[in-house]
Amino acid sequence: MKEYETINEISGPLVYAEVDEPIGYDEIVEIETDDGRTLRGQVLESSDGLVAIQVFEGTSGIDRNASVRFLGETLKMPVTEDLLGRVMDGTGQPIDGGPEIVPESREDIIGAAINPYSREYPEEFIQTGVSAIDGMNTLVRGQKLPIFSASGLPHNDLALQIARQASVPEEEEEGEEGSEFAVIFGAMGITQEEANEFMDDFERTGALERSVVFANLADDPAVERTVTPRLALTTAEYLAFEKDYHVLVILTDMTNYCEALREIGAAREEVPGRRGYPGYMYTDLATLYERAGRIQGREGSVTQIPILTMPGDDDTHPIPDLTGYITEGQIYVDRDLNSQGIQPPINVLPSLSRLMDDGIGEGLTREDHEDVANQMYAAYAEGENLRDLVNIVGREALSDRDNKYLDFADNFETQFVDQGFDTNRELETTLDLGWDLLSKLPKEELNRIDEEFIETYYVDDEAEEVEATAD
Amino acid sequence: MSQATQQDAATGVIESVSGPVVTARDLDARMNDVVYVGDEGLMGEVIEIEGDVTTIQVYEETSGVGPGEPVENTGEPLSVDLGPGMLDAIYDGTQRPLDVLEEKMNSAFLDRGVDAPGIDLDKEWEFQPEVEAGDEVSAGDVVGIVEETVTIDHKVMVPPDYEGGEVVAVESGSYTVEETVVELDNGEEISMHQEWPVRQPRPAVEKKTPTKPLISGQRVLDGLFPIAKGGTAAIPGPFGSGKTVTQHQLAKWADADIVVYVGCGERGNEMTEVIEDFPELDDPKTGNPLMARTCLIANTSNMPVAARESCIYTGITIAEFFRDMGYDVALMADSTSRWAEAMREISSRLEEMPGEEGYPAYLSARLSQFYERAGFFENTNGTTGSVSVIGAVSPPGGDFSEPVTQNTLRIVKTFWALDADLAERRHFPSINWNESYSLYRDQLDPWFEENVTEDWSEIRQWAIDVLDEESELQEIVQLVGKDALPEDQQLTLEIARYLREAYLQQNAFHPTDTFCPPEKTHLILTTIKTYNDEAFEALDAGVPVEDLVSLDSTPRINRIGVQEDYEAFIEELKDHITEELRGMY
Repeated sequence: MKEYETINEISGPLVYAEVDEPIGYDEIVEIETDDGRTLRGQVLESSDGLVAIQVFEGTSGIDRNASVRFLGETLKMPVTEDLLGRVMDGTGQPIDGGPEIVPESREDIIGAAINPYSREYPEEFIQTGVSAIDGMNTLVRGQKLPIFSASGLPHNDLALQIARQASVPEEEEEGEEGSEFAVIFGAMGITQEEANEFMDDFERTGALERSVVFANLADDPAVERTVTPRLALTTAEYLAFEKDYHVLVILTDMTNYCEALREIGAAREEVPGRRGYPGYMYTDLATLYERAGRIQGREGSVTQIPILTMPGDDDTHPIPDLTGYITEGQIYVDRDLNSQGIQPPINVLPSLSRLMDDGIGEGLTREDHEDVANQMYAAYAEGENLRDLVNIVGREALSDRDNKYLDFADNFETQFVDQGFDTNRELETTLDLGWDLLSKLPKEELNRIDEEFIETYYVDDEAEEVEATAD
Repeated sequence: MSQATQQDAATGVIESVSGPVVTARDLDARMNDVVYVGDEGLMGEVIEIEGDVTTIQVYEETSGVGPGEPVENTGEPLSVDLGPGMLDAIYDGTQRPLDVLEEKMNSAFLDRGVDAPGIDLDKEWEFQPEVEAGDEVSAGDVVGIVEETVTIDHKVMVPPDYEGGEVVAVESGSYTVEETVVELDNGEEISMHQEWPVRQPRPAVEKKTPTKPLISGQRVLDGLFPIAKGGTAAIPGPFGSGKTVTQHQLAKWADADIVVYVGCGERGNEMTEVIEDFPELDDPKTGNPLMARTCLIANTSNMPVAARESCIYTGITIAEFFRDMGYDVALMADSTSRWAEAMREISSRLEEMPGEEGYPAYLSARLSQFYERAGFFENTNGTTGSVSVIGAVSPPGGDFSEPVTQNTLRIVKTFWALDADLAERRHFPSINWNESYSLYRDQLDPWFEENVTEDWSEIRQWAIDVLDEESELQEIVQLVGKDALPEDQQLTLEIARYLREAYLQQNAFHPTDTFCPPEKTHLILTTIKTYNDEAFEALDAGVPVEDLVSLDSTPRINRIGVQEDYEAFIEELKDHITEELRGMY
């Protein structure tokens, strides 16, 4: 291993050093400064005689005399089952004062793509206990379902609620030993307070012992954020595909990750894409998000819930936009609903779970699930549409039918979506609640539900019918 | 990918590595030659030559590759292996079979530096000659047949670059793809295996005007915006608007002989869904398994970006090969935006001067070259065949004014605009009927009128008029409410609602509704038209509109889609509607 004292340029997070031997792309570098600190970095570009190094901890304190060591390998994550219960910083160094980690193996953090042929299609329903998700945008094992939020909204509470309540009811019923559940929490650039919120909750509920935490905080170096999610996902893949865990990975906040990408891109003087983000951001994000899934013949699974805050609440911003194109749906946290005090403030209309159709229905959840969800969507959308009209002409000017839809939309928000961050609803309860609301609409209006299910589940309110005939 | 012969292999040395772009010195190569990069032999393609420096895009992950490692030139352009065994297969972007890779790498993760031929070189096929000794054959001619799958007879053809001549030896029997099945008097030997450079269209005699529709079984497409066999279509839409479901529906139900499905930079689970679903579905045309007519190309978003650039070409070359046999081929590319982005990424690493939004200036040229390879062709062997291309476009933020959508729209003749608002209301397929268009409509009408019903175009025009009127009326309704409208307009809104709910909407996940034959598409329209005609009669006779819109019979119009025995249902329903309305006055 050769040491160089040949740094000839330092610019932002990048260091350029002259070398006289070939250095591999993505190789890990250690830089020792005059004051004895050791900084770690990664080779971003390697050409004959000159390498560009991205320094994770930031370049302050580095001068031309700093010594550069190339370790001859790409960045590896030491993995072992003992990682459960541990807290690490954004580069994977333990910060909880616990014992040293004795790795069972060391895995490349770049991670190879899963062969699409070897994947198994996700179709195991995960019950989150949140009606707006279970009923309307069902999550399944191996899915990547981001939360689209914005600053000032309670996305963390929602993520915690999911992490706390997530279960697979079927397996529990059968009393199967099944695979164990693990949560991996990758924090990128979140504040100390937010991190405390997560840690306190993990400790309070005892979840910490089945969790691995990677925390890059707001005052940690930004460049480090590009490694944190990869460490988290490498650990997740190991636990899922080698140790048979069902792993739920929460990554927050992806916006900070993308900002770090942009910072590096700008320092390298790359041609920028939209809003200054690098043109390869889609590919880069895909190499994170696509690491969710299931593999044939393996017990475990990796499910991802990335959280991102949309700058200016704008979902056409490149970060949510590119994310939406890669992930299998999205959950929108809504400012209006939040100000109405609805918890969790999920707006189901733009939300979507692409894998829902295959994870629900007879034998999986309940036979009427899909129809109920579709009907509630349509009815809520119609009610929501009419609200604009009410603002102009008033409720009296609307027909009886329209008023029923308006009531539906109101009830949907206050009874179905609003449940509080501590309520854990069974799927049965969620669907029955849906029927209660739908049954206030006339039977003929339920054109998206199979007649058979209407027969079984529609709640006929006789008193109301008598009233209707009396009209 | 074809195992290129390495006879005059020239070697160079890597100078620099930046992501998928590698430069090498001292490499004697032509543009677009395939090279093997580094100690691991990663496959790449020459994309720029400047002085002594050759720039290469590498089709595999390059981490750990460093300067000083060798680069070996194969001297051959990027080609695909063509021959029996391509159907029922699943490839990556450079035609490496993914099932073979899994076996060779012994891992569920994609390793590097593993190569595999696109077709099985050891498998023996039963060859039946179509020519005899003494026959004259020329380039493109069919010399024999191999049953590739239960559905498709693979035609063994004289390669396009052969001179042709008199057949001197031919015999039926079992052969591997590389063994000679026909010998010609000039010494040329014909085997089932051909290679063809992907960036070059396969030759044909001429491109003709397409006159037959590609029936998709989707009402809004067949009924309002049809695509021709040999036509081109674009499906742009923001995320979550149903691009992929529409593409899957087309791959499942389109009445093409062969379907080539290219998953370009999209989700891994989506490809898995196709791999798991298709073998269990039946081909609507033949009843055989759907995979027997399907070739899948999967280059998911986390697979190397350069292979994403090439996967579109791999797909269209395979499609052209089946076209040469006289088949109607449909190619779905999901999504062409990811392809364009791959071009942009490579271009920016080459530090080329960017055009609009960072895309390379040649974006428009590449898109049109690709779409121009579609068409209804007269082949060199006298048969006719077609390649229909349906490209999904993923515009950032759902904004159709971005370069990929705009450049695509300048070329394609069918535009299926997906609409996030419709998707949010769970109106699926969320194809916006005001924005979409098909320039094939007029040239396809004669076919529909001959094969389905005489009043096809007439009744379609009626439906379009009603929908147009509805969108105008909706603007007024948003201001003053529905009840303020005159009675006839209120009735029109009700008719339009049925058009939207029973005709335009279709449930892709319902076993019956998922496929709607053109006859049924037409009958649903006639049912709504019956209601329209009878209701307006009744309105003229003085029946109040409130009664006309609250019939017992009409809600059942929305149930036609899910009826298997739709003819009887519709007949009875029409009678019911007529009876109920006539009973009112």
